[in-house]
Amino acid sequence: MGLLRALGRSVINLFAVTGRIGVFTGNGVFHCFSPPFFPRLVGQQMVEIGFYSLPVVGLTAIFTGMVLALQSFSGFGFAGEATIANVVVWGITRELGPVLAGLMVAGRIGAAMAAEIGTMRVTEQIDALTTLSTNPYKYLVAPRLIAAVAMMPLLVLVADIIGVMGGFIVSIYDFGFNPMTYLRSTWDNLEFIGFFSGIVKAAVFGFIIALMGTYHGYNSKGGSQGVGQATTNAVVSASILLLLFNFIITAIFFAA
Amino acid sequence: MTTTPPPAKIETRDLHKAFGGKQVLRGVNLTIQPGESLAVIGASGTGKSVLIKNIIGLMHPDSGSVLIDGQDVTALTGRDREQVTRKFGMLFQGAALFDSLPVWENVAFGLIQVQRMARQDAREKAIEAMIQVGLEPDIAERSPAELSGGMQKRVGLARAIATKPEIMFFDEPTTGLDPIMGSVIDNLIIKSVRELGATALSITHDMASARRIADNIAMIYDGIIVWHGPVDAIDDSGSDVVDQFINGRSHGPIDMLVAS
Repeated sequence: MGLLRALGRSVINLFAVTGRIGVFTGNGVFHCFSPPFFPRLVGQQMVEIGFYSLPVVGLTAIFTGMVLALQSFSGFGFAGEATIANVVVWGITRELGPVLAGLMVAGRIGAAMAAEIGTMRVTEQIDALTTLSTNPYKYLVAPRLIAAVAMMPLLVLVADIIGVMGGFIVSIYDFGFNPMTYLRSTWDNLEFIGFFSGIVKAAVFGFIIALMGTYHGYNSKGGSQGVGQATTNAVVSASILLLLFNFIITAIFFAA
Repeated sequence: MTTTPPPAKIETRDLHKAFGGKQVLRGVNLTIQPGESLAVIGASGTGKSVLIKNIIGLMHPDSGSVLIDGQDVTALTGRDREQVTRKFGMLFQGAALFDSLPVWENVAFGLIQVQRMARQDAREKAIEAMIQVGLEPDIAERSPAELSGGMQKRVGLARAIATKPEIMFFDEPTTGLDPIMGSVIDNLIIKSVRELGATALSITHDMASARRIADNIAMIYDGIIVWHGPVDAIDDSGSDVVDQFINGRSHGPIDMLVAS
């Protein structure tokens, strides 16, 4: 009986949370498209998400590209430039570029959003917005959603380029491959659908990260402990949803 | 020619609000006339904040209604709600300044975002409001986090009055301030409310402050208004609850639920 009750309660909780997130998402998206808009805030968030995430995303990408080249070299033996270039460019553009950039940005930006908005919640700044006739969804949520959806594809584009470059560096300087041949193989193996699926993933991941960051921040309660909890929840839920949607999008693109 | 009396500026009718089975408001009836300054007093956790949040629209009552200028605003949402909110100015307990913005942009917030004033003009208006509450214009570029508690309260007050609201709300205006700064803030509140000709609703547990800023006092206890009258009459209220509260006695009808 106790087990059944616990099971029932968690199922009800799951539906309740899903419903709340659904309503929050609806509100957030609605206010992205209804005036007044806050271009200044969108710009600030774009710089925060796009520009200041570059070092983290770049470092992640270059090491991932390098390690991909190392692994495929040791795995396939000396299979030639073409195979290694192929593995690197496929792996980076289809999966590792968007997923690793997404996870890094979830840690950096999702956490920052949850902490900032959560602090605004517990210090009544969100209530203050309302008393100043400013809708918090418009002022806080919409700019972050817009900026994240716009900037994540650009970050992933950069990650793709730097990741491929990481593989290139290892292949040229460690394995002594011919740079021109390697680059030509890379170019030949780069297919539009793989690259494009990665960019679509990036936009979706951006939405998930901003949504989870703002949702958990907006609904945080109970002082500094609540804000800490919100930050953790934002990063964990964004990461899990990101991996789930990575699977779904991959299935939509390639499983047919 | 007959003149109908103007409607009350703020009226609550039989407000009820519960949180998870705990009944906080059990039928609050309050009427505040235009230009009146009312202080709602009561012990911590008796529903003062919940009452003010229901009136402003930050919370919605389970039953009962809130009327502003005779208009029932209880169920308003979206744009209609924002139209009503424009009449409001609020000073929060912790000032609730936006720490991402410099002081002047905090003060000018309503002018820029709501009244769509050009930033340069809004800045001038903001400086005017800052001077009104005794702030030096040279702190305009500072971040709110760099200011002391008393200064933050002043910035919060300047932000609240900058849009020239018809109704001012004050949430524990003196809490966390030393008695002298508390008195300074009270005097600024009186001055700015008078200059605006605004109606004021304050919630406080600081009796000295309530006596200074209010024309009338209402005491909330156990979710209802137990006494409501002019500030001069509070010492002869004839209510044990009021007597215990204003004299700060630990024994009496109010059981503070201290672990015993």
